[in-house]
Amino acid sequence: MATKYDWPAAEDRSLIGKRHNRVDGPEKARGTAKYSYDRNLDGMLYARLVTSTVPHGRILGIDTSNAEKVPGYKGHVNILNVGDEVQWVGAEVLAVCADTEEHARDVAAATAVHFERLPHWVKDEDVEQAGTANRVTPAKDDTKGPDIEEAWKSADATVEGYYGLGIITHCCLEPHGQVVDWSGDEITVYASTQAVARIPADLARGLSRDESIGTVNAEQVHVITPYMGGGFGSKFNIDTWGIACAKLSKQTGKPVKLMLDRDEELMVAGGRPSDYGKVKIGAKKDGTLVAYEAETWSTGGVAGRGSPPVPYVYNNEERLSQKARHLNVSTNIGPARAWRAPNHPQAAVLTMCPMEDLAAELDMDPVEFFKKNADLTARPEVYRYEIDKCAEMIGWKDNWHKRGDSGSGPVKRGLGLSLHTWGGRPHDSTCEVRIQPDGGVSVNLASQDLGVGTYTTLSVVAAETLGLQIPDITVNIGSSRLPISGASGGSTTVGGTSASTRRATVNALEELKGVVADALEVDASDLVAKDGKVFAESDPSKSLSWTEACRKLGNRTITGQGKQPDREGGKLNDSGVGGVQMADVSVDVETGIVTINKIAAVQDVGLVLCLEQCESQVYGAVIQGIAWALYEEAIYDQATGKMLNPDMEFYKLPGAADIGELEVHMVQNKYDDRGVIGIGEPPAISPGAAISNAVANAIGVRVPTLPLTPDRVLEALANA
Amino acid sequence: MQNFEYIAPTETLSAVQALSPDAGVTAVLAGGTDLLSLMKERIETPSRVVSLRNVRALRGISKKGGGLRIGAMATVQELLDSNAAAGYKSLVQAASGITAPQVRAMGTVAGDLLQRPRCWYYRNGYGLLATHEGESLVPTGENRYHAILGNKGPAYFVNASSLAPALISLGAQATVAGPDGERTVDLADLFQIPSSESERENTLSPNEIVTEVTVPGGTSGWKTATYEVRQRQLLDWPFATASVALRVRGGKIADARVVLGHVAPIPWRSSEAEAALNGQAPGEAAGEAAGKAAVAAATPLSGNKAKVQLASVAVKRAVAMAG
Repeated sequence: MATKYDWPAAEDRSLIGKRHNRVDGPEKARGTAKYSYDRNLDGMLYARLVTSTVPHGRILGIDTSNAEKVPGYKGHVNILNVGDEVQWVGAEVLAVCADTEEHARDVAAATAVHFERLPHWVKDEDVEQAGTANRVTPAKDDTKGPDIEEAWKSADATVEGYYGLGIITHCCLEPHGQVVDWSGDEITVYASTQAVARIPADLARGLSRDESIGTVNAEQVHVITPYMGGGFGSKFNIDTWGIACAKLSKQTGKPVKLMLDRDEELMVAGGRPSDYGKVKIGAKKDGTLVAYEAETWSTGGVAGRGSPPVPYVYNNEERLSQKARHLNVSTNIGPARAWRAPNHPQAAVLTMCPMEDLAAELDMDPVEFFKKNADLTARPEVYRYEIDKCAEMIGWKDNWHKRGDSGSGPVKRGLGLSLHTWGGRPHDSTCEVRIQPDGGVSVNLASQDLGVGTYTTLSVVAAETLGLQIPDITVNIGSSRLPISGASGGSTTVGGTSASTRRATVNALEELKGVVADALEVDASDLVAKDGKVFAESDPSKSLSWTEACRKLGNRTITGQGKQPDREGGKLNDSGVGGVQMADVSVDVETGIVTINKIAAVQDVGLVLCLEQCESQVYGAVIQGIAWALYEEAIYDQATGKMLNPDMEFYKLPGAADIGELEVHMVQNKYDDRGVIGIGEPPAISPGAAISNAVANAIGVRVPTLPLTPDRVLEALANA
Repeated sequence: MQNFEYIAPTETLSAVQALSPDAGVTAVLAGGTDLLSLMKERIETPSRVVSLRNVRALRGISKKGGGLRIGAMATVQELLDSNAAAGYKSLVQAASGITAPQVRAMGTVAGDLLQRPRCWYYRNGYGLLATHEGESLVPTGENRYHAILGNKGPAYFVNASSLAPALISLGAQATVAGPDGERTVDLADLFQIPSSESERENTLSPNEIVTEVTVPGGTSGWKTATYEVRQRQLLDWPFATASVALRVRGGKIADARVVLGHVAPIPWRSSEAEAALNGQAPGEAAGEAAGKAAVAAATPLSGNKAKVQLASVAVKRAVAMAG
């Protein structure tokens, strides 16, 4: 049943679904937007970490006697203690601080930590070798669907192959870290975080574990994060460095800044698990997929890592026979953190690549093959529509050819596709909207903008609801003292915050209408707020401008409250989306270099609030996907246990000239009734599989593992 | 960073006199694109840094005696913008492979020639020869970017210079100044494969600097090209580079010079490729043969077999482009 909270009908939307400039754009373009890294407080000290130099060992001694003599030394706190074990190079042992950043580095360098070395292992791809090193733990077999042996018998074609992708790191441009100012009982934290509302309790808990600190409660902590420079799932917690930074601030009585260095950021503050798998897949002559079987293995650090969700998207448990076995590889590398759509990019590679190989075996156009089997997905209609749309955008009919049918000359062109899904269920959120007697409107909630458009979407929601324009709205987020809202992870933010904001704004407007109704002598239910006015629908001559209407409040400020979830609050959001991406690549078969010509992306997210910000999320995700499809790889050295490329020189990312043409289509006016669904993760899933499939189509053979570097491409060609 | 004394003299002689004859004590600062990161990583810890930025005599690019004179402190961007250098096709192609405007603007020609290796073991503090517990880490370690030629050990890194292959193929010479005066060396002789950790990858004494590079006259009619096998358009180290200079007489190659980059601890002149080219008509077939010859003696390590193919293709394509 329709409620007053529901999103306006399509014909009544003046801002929702349209293109808008990013509200925070000018501040960022001018360089005046203050990130945590930009905070430089009076008297601030600089902290550095002292970290493990061994991949596995026990701390025998920590000697700060020389460090304390370094000019500018101000203090240190232990994170680990003598006797503790370290499990990876870069593990945080202590934090030191000094009056300048250079002195802090000198202090760190003068700090001696002695380790007893213990056996280590950092390699994950060769699972037999890892097994010999006693690093492999099998997970439980997972069997679903009809009997798989019968299914193999019914298959007319099967392919068996090896597929995988290595470890990548989050490589946030603004590294992890914070400035902490502990003054009296008040602890102010300028944190680079995806969770401003969660950090106070996290920090208080961490501090209270230290008896010398005593009890700290979360309400003493104020987290301030108006802007942050990338998290991708790696910045939900205060981390050891945040707790140490606060302790140093208390110890010294000064604000302390501790932002990770680039190498620390890559070694210990990020990490997406690897995944490798032997996959067997079979179909009938007409292309009907009947069975999928995989033995996979992967690592996410010492704890290993659980099974990927395979088969992916095509996973109907009634019709598709499925068998999956997983091996958990324990390695002495920095522990994995959630990476934009955890487990999905890997599962896409382990599913969409074998499927494309099977299509080639069947001599079928993969577009037809992927469409034919859409009934095995949760959203057949969405995917069929999106595959057709995406095929049109990439020029599939004109540009696709049969595998290996790539013409003469060293440069071969190919096309490939992949499908993905994601939940994006909205997180919990509370919001307060204020209407001031001078007409000012603010939206207040302890959310955060990771650079994705939260300021803009919330401005649009409030302005649309009140009949105002984007500049009329002030959005206050990025402070833990505001009404509590969820962490930004799993594509949950836009669904949660837009709903609480919509409800709060509707409630505030109701109250204003009550006041205006008396002044205009009309019924409040007859009033509408539109085009900067509040007027009677039955008699538009009874009208006040927004400012005049608010003036009727006298000295009063209206506060409207809204929350998510709210059963009486209308149908504002949902979860579960589908998307399709197609890649057009060129491969130089003499050098193995892959060039992106174009990537087309079609994405459903229910109701699009801000078209341009949605598209930007897809552009960003696809660029990130090109990075791990072609370039990114954390390279570990077994002898030393070190990551050899914790830098932006050999930890390669693409530049603007490396990404080709990107075309994005957001599905609008088709699934709007579902309400708002998150966009962060879905488009980050498919690029690797789509690009790998395009390369296979171009050169006629599968390059088994990503990134698709020249050496891997040449090896695959040589083995063909 | 260790504290250091900084001086920026205006004369070449005062610059070299400020340098210590002992290794590791002083450092020469040109554009700083390499030295500053080495110092931040504490791989170089000089007690004195001698900046050459105020030495005017080290600047400028000009025609000289039918050839070309490039001041040591001329930047890569100045080289690209220079009318005097514009005819040296292979050199301009090599310079344009440095795709970061920031590096081109700050990085100097001599700095490109003398930059330290990018070997990740070296940059992680395991020394030029990448040793750990008495053994080289490279042959059984992560060596996808390491040497395939001149790699009998103990050095396995690759020379990182973008410009050296082109300059050597053009017969360039370097003028070297020390406290006792100047000497001139063939540019190829500026480089060496170190045989112990106490040696460097170049033949300069610690108190010598390169003041200029000269390309002799006489190659103006030669056909030249540089081809880099580079994965990204963004600043990226090539897997392999080849610069070729061919003198063609009567439709045949009368004199060929082929120099490879990023494949050996020094810029690698390939007499095998040159022999394969001499007497042949320029073009793809000759390039193909030269490419094969260039890597015939290659000895790839455990993880860099692909570089053999990539070096071969670089030679083949450079010859074809020069043709």
